[in-house]
Amino acid sequence: MSIASMREIEFRDAVREAMSEEMRRDMRVMLMGEEVAQYNGAYKVSRGMLDEFGPRRVIDTPISESGFAGMAIGAAMMGLRPIVEFMSWSFSLVAADPILNNAPKMLYMSGGQFGCPIVFRGNNGAGGQLGSTHSWSIEGLFSNVPGMKMVIPSNPYDAKGLMKTAIRDDDPVFFLESERLLSMRGEVPEEEYLIPFGQARIARAGKDCTIVSFGRMVNVCLEVAIELEKEGISCEILDMRTIRPLDAASIIRSVKRTGACVVVDQSWSFGSPGSEVAALVHRECFDDLDNYVHRVHSADVPAPYAYGLEQEYLPNARRIAEAVRSCLYRS
Amino acid sequence: MSAAPNADGQVRTKSSRPEVPMATAKSWLREMMLIREFELRCMQAYQDKKIGGFCHVYIGQEAVAVGTIAATEARDPIVTAYRDHGHALARGMNPNHCMAEMFGRVGGCAKGKGGSMHMFDRDNNLFGGHGIVGAQIPLGVGLAFATKYEDEVINAAKNGGKSNRVTLAFLGDGALNQGSVHEAMNLAGLFDLPVIIICENNGYSMGTSIVRGTTMGHEISAKSEAYGMEGVEIDGMDVIETYWAMKELVDKVRATSRPIFVDMRCYRFKGHSMSDPRKYRTREEEERYEQGDPIGVLKAQLELRGLTEDEHKEIQREVRATVKSAVEWAEHSPVPPMTDLYRDVYRERWGPYTGSSEPEMLGGGENECNFNAIDTTIDRKADLL
Repeated sequence: MSIASMREIEFRDAVREAMSEEMRRDMRVMLMGEEVAQYNGAYKVSRGMLDEFGPRRVIDTPISESGFAGMAIGAAMMGLRPIVEFMSWSFSLVAADPILNNAPKMLYMSGGQFGCPIVFRGNNGAGGQLGSTHSWSIEGLFSNVPGMKMVIPSNPYDAKGLMKTAIRDDDPVFFLESERLLSMRGEVPEEEYLIPFGQARIARAGKDCTIVSFGRMVNVCLEVAIELEKEGISCEILDMRTIRPLDAASIIRSVKRTGACVVVDQSWSFGSPGSEVAALVHRECFDDLDNYVHRVHSADVPAPYAYGLEQEYLPNARRIAEAVRSCLYRS
Repeated sequence: MSAAPNADGQVRTKSSRPEVPMATAKSWLREMMLIREFELRCMQAYQDKKIGGFCHVYIGQEAVAVGTIAATEARDPIVTAYRDHGHALARGMNPNHCMAEMFGRVGGCAKGKGGSMHMFDRDNNLFGGHGIVGAQIPLGVGLAFATKYEDEVINAAKNGGKSNRVTLAFLGDGALNQGSVHEAMNLAGLFDLPVIIICENNGYSMGTSIVRGTTMGHEISAKSEAYGMEGVEIDGMDVIETYWAMKELVDKVRATSRPIFVDMRCYRFKGHSMSDPRKYRTREEEERYEQGDPIGVLKAQLELRGLTEDEHKEIQREVRATVKSAVEWAEHSPVPPMTDLYRDVYRERWGPYTGSSEPEMLGGGENECNFNAIDTTIDRKADLL
C-alpha cells in the first residue's frame, strides 16, 4: 500500500472503522450493547455510529448481559451477524450460559444446521485499579471451549483487520480489547484490508529467545526486548493475534531456531493459553529446547486494588525480563 | 378464557368459538395420538437402553404443541426447551429422524449429536430443543428480533415488504424463576418484539410444585404485566380451545409486533424424566387430570360430530405403524462414524443434515476441522436473511 494512504489513528477508531465498514457492506451486521448508541459507547469505541446507522442497527440494551447476549445468539441463528459489546468482559460472566453453552455449541448440537455468526467484544484484563471483579482476563477460562474463536489484538492495525475478519466469520468470535490500549495510536491504511485468523505476526525478530504473547502484553514484551538487547539478549516476539485458532506452526518454527521459549499471558496460569503453548512447545520442540518453557502470568490471586500490588500482580517488564534471563541461564 | 385445567372429564363445547373443519380436527387428533404413541415407544426404548442420557416425554401435554403450532405458519420460528419431541413432531419433523436422534444415529435430525433434549429442524424452522432451563427464551426473543430486523432494516431497504413472522418460544413453569427469562421478557417488551412466550404450566418444576417455587404461582400471567406484556391464560388440555385462543394471539402479534405471555395450563402425566418416581404428588391428583386427557377430550368432542370408533381405531393403527417403523428406521440407521466426532465444530464443507439415513452423506472428502480456513466468499446456507 502507498505511504500516502497511511494515517495514525487510535485503537478504538480502528475497531470502529472495522465495524462501520462492515455494517456499510452487509445489512445483516448490527451492533448492540450497553451505552453503545446514545452515549456513544462507554469507551467511545462506537462514537458516531448511531448517527450513521440509526437506532435499528446500533442498539442500546439494558444492563442484562445474559438476556441480550442470548437474544443476539438467537438473531445469529436466524442469519443476522450481530456484534455484541460487553462494556467489560468481566461483565460477560453473567452471560456465561449463552456465550459458552449456546453460541459455540449450536452448530455441533444441531448437526450442522444452525451456526452462530456473532462477535462478542469488549475490554479484557486489568483496567487500572478496578479490583478483582472488574479485572478479568477471560482468555484462560473461555478459550477452553471448542467451537469458538478468540482474537486478542495488540495494536490498531491488527485490531481493524482482525475485527473485519471476525465479523465475516461464520463462527462465534470472542474479540478481546483492552481498556489500556484503546487510546494507543498506530498506523492504519485508508484502504481496506483483512487479517486472517491463525497467523501470528513476528512483532520483533531475534535469535536467542522466542517470546510468545498476545494482546496488550505484546507491547510490554517489546519494551523488555529493547532493554534485554542492551544485555546482549536478542528476543523474537511472536504476537499470536488469535488464540483459537492458534498458529502452532509459527511458534514451533521460531522455537526450533532459538531453542528457548517464554510465554507471556495475562490470564492466570492454571489451564491457560500459556499452559497450552508450553505443552505444545514441550511436545513439538522437545529436542530443540535448552530449558523448559518459562511462563509469565498474572499472579495466582484475585486482582488486588492497591496500585503497587496490581502492578506486581500483572505480568510486568521486570518479571518478563527475569523469565527470559532465567530461561537463557543468564540470571 | 378458561382458567384452571379442566379436570372434570366433561366434554367441553365452547359455543363462542367457530367450528374447526372435521378434517382438520381429525388431523390434530392423529398428531396428538402420534405424539402419545411416539412417547410411549420412547419410554420403552429407554428402558431397553436404546436411548441414553436424559429423556423427557410429553405425554399429557400433546394438545399444547399441536394446538399452538397449528395456529402458526410454517415460516414462523419456534424454539423450546428439552421436553421437545412433541413440538418437533407437531412442527412436521419426520418421526424417523426424531427417533434416530434419540438412538444416537446418523439419521437423527442432528446426526445423533444432540439427543432427546436438542431437536433441531431447519427446514421446519424449529430452532431447538435446549437443555438449560430458560436459556431458550433469550434465543426466542432473538429470533423475533431477527424477523423484525429483517422487515424493518433489510426488507425496508429493498422495498421488499414485510414478512411479519411470529416466534413461539416455549418454556416450562420451572423456568419462570430463571433470571435469563426475565431479562428476555424485558427485552421483548422494550423492543416490541413479535414473540409469544408460552409457559407450559404443568404445575411442576421437576418435583417442586409451582406453589413451592414460584411467587404468584396461582396467576403467573401477572408476571408479564411488569414487562409491559399482555398475559393470557389458555386451557392447554383442550386442543380446539388452545388453537382458537392461540390463533387470536398469533394474528394479533403479527399485526402489532407486541409480545404476549401465555400461561398454558396443562399437566404432565408422566414424571419429569424417566427416572422420576413421582413421589411428590398423589395418585388421586394424577387420576383427576387423566380424566381430562387432551386426547380423550378431543375424541369425545369429535364423537359428537360423528367420529366413529372404527375411524378412531384406524388412526390408532396408523400411528402405531408409523412409530413402529420409526423405531425400525432408527435401529437401522448407522451409528455416527468416528470421523464425525470432529465435524460441525466449526463451519466446514459437510453442511446441514439432509435427511438421509445412509452413511454416504458423509462423503465429500476427509474434512479436518478447518481451524485456519477463512473463506468469506461462499454463500452459506446459514444465511437465511
